[in-house]
Formats: sequence, structure tokens, C-alpha cells
Amino acid sequence: MIILSDVLTLAAILFCISVAGIFLNRKNVLILLMCIELMLLSVNMNFIAFSHFLSDIHGQVFVFFILTVAAAESAIGLAILVVLFRNRNTINVNDLGTMKG
Amino acid sequence: MEFDMVNNLILVVPELTLLILACLALVIDTFIKNPASRGGIYWFTQTSLIVTICLIYFYCPHQPTVAFENSFISDPMSTVLKMFICLISFVVFLYSRDYLKENDLLKGEYFILGLFAVLGMMVMVSAYSLLTVYLGLELLSLSLYSMVAMHRDSQPATEAAMKYFVLGALASGMLLYGMSILYGVTGSLQLTVVAEYIVQQSDANHFLVFGLAFVIVGVAFKLGAAPFHMWIPDVYQGAPTSVTLFISSAPKLAAFAMAMRLLVDGMFPLLGDWQGMLIILSILSMATGNIIAISQTNIKRMLAYSTIAHVGFLLLGLIAGSRAGFAGSMFYVIIYALMSMGSFGMIILLGRKGFEADNLDDFKGLAERSPWFAFIMLCLMFSMAGVPPFVGFWAKWFVLKELVAVDMVWLAALAVLFSIIGAYYYLRIVKLMYFDQPTSMLAIKASQQMRLVLSLNGLVILALGLVPNVLMALCISALTR
Repeated sequence: MIILSDVLTLAAILFCISVAGIFLNRKNVLILLMCIELMLLSVNMNFIAFSHFLSDIHGQVFVFFILTVAAAESAIGLAILVVLFRNRNTINVNDLGTMKG
Repeated sequence: MEFDMVNNLILVVPELTLLILACLALVIDTFIKNPASRGGIYWFTQTSLIVTICLIYFYCPHQPTVAFENSFISDPMSTVLKMFICLISFVVFLYSRDYLKENDLLKGEYFILGLFAVLGMMVMVSAYSLLTVYLGLELLSLSLYSMVAMHRDSQPATEAAMKYFVLGALASGMLLYGMSILYGVTGSLQLTVVAEYIVQQSDANHFLVFGLAFVIVGVAFKLGAAPFHMWIPDVYQGAPTSVTLFISSAPKLAAFAMAMRLLVDGMFPLLGDWQGMLIILSILSMATGNIIAISQTNIKRMLAYSTIAHVGFLLLGLIAGSRAGFAGSMFYVIIYALMSMGSFGMIILLGRKGFEADNLDDFKGLAERSPWFAFIMLCLMFSMAGVPPFVGFWAKWFVLKELVAVDMVWLAALAVLFSIIGAYYYLRIVKLMYFDQPTSMLAIKASQQMRLVLSLNGLVILALGLVPNVLMALCISALTR
């Protein structure tokens, strides 16, 4: 039998992995986009779990909105990535530090 | 049921109209073949904003009214903030036009994305459930990401866009995680139900505070409070100046409204918990903002750090936790948006084709080149520093007064100390303008309307400083229920 805390723990672990991925990854911007996606999905899991155990439909409706926004968000992210690659010929995170002060 | 629908829709008439007009602008833009007439979309955008302002005025209810099952609210605060958002965006677009024309960026995209961003801000201001807060925020953020990347051949702009995107998405993720916890604990997405639930709880619920911490991180990120300020300097410096101008003005009002909705309408009973978190954010913001700004040579970057410092100051009003404190914060954020708009407008005014006046040295000897605009810049800088006759002083004064009223004298003293440090870099610009030799004597080239509105902008700062109570009374009446 799966109880609420199991799902929440899994979601929390996924969330931590994605945040760690954003901060530790120094190589590829694409991996950053994947981490962002993972983060939103872990939140979705939270919402669905709560929605199921509270027998309240609103949480699942929220998930649909998050999924839609996440799709739009990654579309914009990839578009920026393409422009970046065209200008720089690299998508290395370490090269993203020309502005300092 | 049908009757309900009409009542609901009446409340969102301004938003609906703006949505339809923005979509219409999108369609019109694709049908404009002749590149010379592409500027026409500018006039369409400005008309849409004026229409929206009129509708907001005519459709504002006398009492706070909720619609769509408590997920949308129209109250005096939302009316005032929405009107300022539209007005500020109107002036921002007006300033931007010259800049965009000179840099070959005068395309429909800027104005259409701008309109959608305004719509997102309006939804944020009126949001009354976690879902609407999130949707408004994302509509705003997604438009801003693409606006930053709009100058496709510019390396700094694309780099700034990527940073903004990644950090902004991270912030949204944090905010959402906090929201999911709140939903799980309280069992509802509506802010009223969340507030009721918290009142009924007799002892502190640690899970709720855990969720609150994530929500605060999200809000701090969108406002740009330290230590979540990393994106601000890079985005302000890298983005085209017209986009920086937009990001630094109206969205701050929306971020303030989001903080008000989530923290005050939704979680006021947790005041003791979020007060502590905001105190840390506020002190850190004022310290990093004011101290790092001193060493900047790029004025856009300097103003970015000054934004961080101002955000720290506006959080002080929320920390006070009283209606008057919130009104002080609201006054502060409106004034800040006006000052920041003027300062970036000045950078646009001094720039020409292929040249951005974004170094401090470009302001050298401005008093000789154009005494009038040097005076306007002096008003703006004195106001930002908080020198008495100007309105920036009153903004700081109202916030500090409320802080002292709730016995947080130490925090008020700290804030004064930091703003004294901050005064240095604002006054340095005044010194450069009045006491240094100009590096070039080129005449300032700008359209007549830009000169007129920028002058008005500076004079409004001065005039409001002489009669601050007009705007303050408006803010107080907007926040009394």
C-alpha cells in the first residue's frame, strides 16, 4: 500500500536532484533545461498525490496548467538556446560568464 | 448560473479587452508587408493601453468583489496598481520607440510581447488563488524572457536571456513547490480558504512554514531581493536598454502585488514566520545592492544594484506588518517604478545609432551639453538617493515611520545607514554631470515627444515630492478594506 509520505518523499528527492543538477552542472545548457523540466514534474507529482489523498480535484487541474506552461517554457528555453548557439558556437555553461562587475 | 457568468465576466472586462487587442495586434503584425509601416503596431499598442486604462477605471467595483469561484479579485488595490501598470507601460513604450528605431529592432514583437506581459501583470495583481498567481506570473515571465532575447545578434543579450530564463524557471519551480505544500496542508488553492485554515490552527504547523519558505524564495526571486538577485545585474546590463527599462519598472509593481496577495491575503496569520525571513532578505538586499553598486562603471549595472537596494527598502514596509506599512510599500514601489523609468529613459535619450550611453563616463559634463536634461537627471538621482524635497525621500520616510511605529528602530537605523552609503553613487552621477568636462559635445538627438515626456517624468518626481500626501492618500485608501 502506497501512503502519502512515500509519494512526497519521492517528489522531494526528484526536486533535490533537479536543483542540484542546476547548480552542479557546468557543462551543457541542455541539461539545465532537463533539470527544470524534472523540477516541474516533481511538483506535479506532489500535486497529484495531495489531490488523490485529499479527494479534491483542484490539484489535478493545477497539474494540467503546469504541464501546459512547462511546454511553453521549454519552447522558449530551446529558442533562446538556438540563438545562443548561433552567436557563440557553444552551449557550455562555463562560457556564459562574459558579464562581470 | 448564467447570471453568475455575466457578473464574473464584467469584472474581467479590462483583461479580456487587453487579451483581444493583443491577439489582434499579433494578427495585424503578420499582415503588414511594408517594413516602413511596421511602426504602426506601436500606435495600436498605445491605443490598446489607453482603452484598457479607461476600462479599468469604469469597471472598478465599489467593494472588493471576487469572481470565478474566488480565484480572481477586483479591489481598490488592484484597480490602482493596474492603472499604474498600464500607465507606466505606456510611457515605457513611448521611450522605447526611438531606441528600437535606431537599433533596427522596431518590430511588432516588442510591443506584442509587451502587451502580453501587461496582461500577465494584471492577472497577477488580481489573482486570488494559487493557480491564478502562477498563471499571471508565467505569462509575465515568458514574455520577458523572449523580450530580453529579442536582439538576436547581440551576444550579451542572448547570454542574459539564457541566465534570466534558467534562474526564472528555477524560481517558478520553487514557488510551485511551496504552493503544492500549501495546497496539501490546507486542502485548497484559494487564498481565502488558506487564510481561514491557518487561523483555525492553534499551534504552528511546521509543514506550513516549510511551504511558506519556498513561496518566499519564489517571491524574493521575482522581486530581485538578495540572495536571489543574481539575475538582475546581468539581465539589466545585457538586455537592450528598452527591455531593461520595461523589466525595471512595471513588473516590480506586479511582484509587489504578488507578495501582498500571497503573504498578506493568504498567510497573514503566519506574520511572525515570514517577518523573520523578510528581515534577512531586506538587510542582505540593502547591503549587497548599495555596496556593490559603488564599484560599477556601467550605469545599467549600477542601476541594477540600486534596484536590489530599493527592493530591500520596499520589503521594510511589508515587515512592519500593518496596513499603513503596506501602504508605505505600495507608495515606494510606485515611486521606484517612476524613478527607474526616468533613469533608463535618460540612458536611451543620450544614446544614438550604434552607441549606447551606458557608461558612467557618458554622463560627464551633461550640464554643458544640455542643462535641462542634466537637471532632470539630477531630480531623478536625488530622488533615488532620498534627498528631501524629492519624492524618493518621502517614500523612504513613510516606510521607516511605520517600521518605527512597530518598535523596529534598529532595522530602521540600519536602513538609514545603508541609504547613506547608497547616496554616494547617485551623487557621483550628479558630480560627473556638473563638474566634469564632457567627452563629446554632440547635440542630443531625440524626438519631441520623448523630450516632453521625459521632462514630465522628472517634474512629476519633483512635484510629488512637494505634495506626497496625494499619492499616499491614494495608497492608504487602496489598502483599507
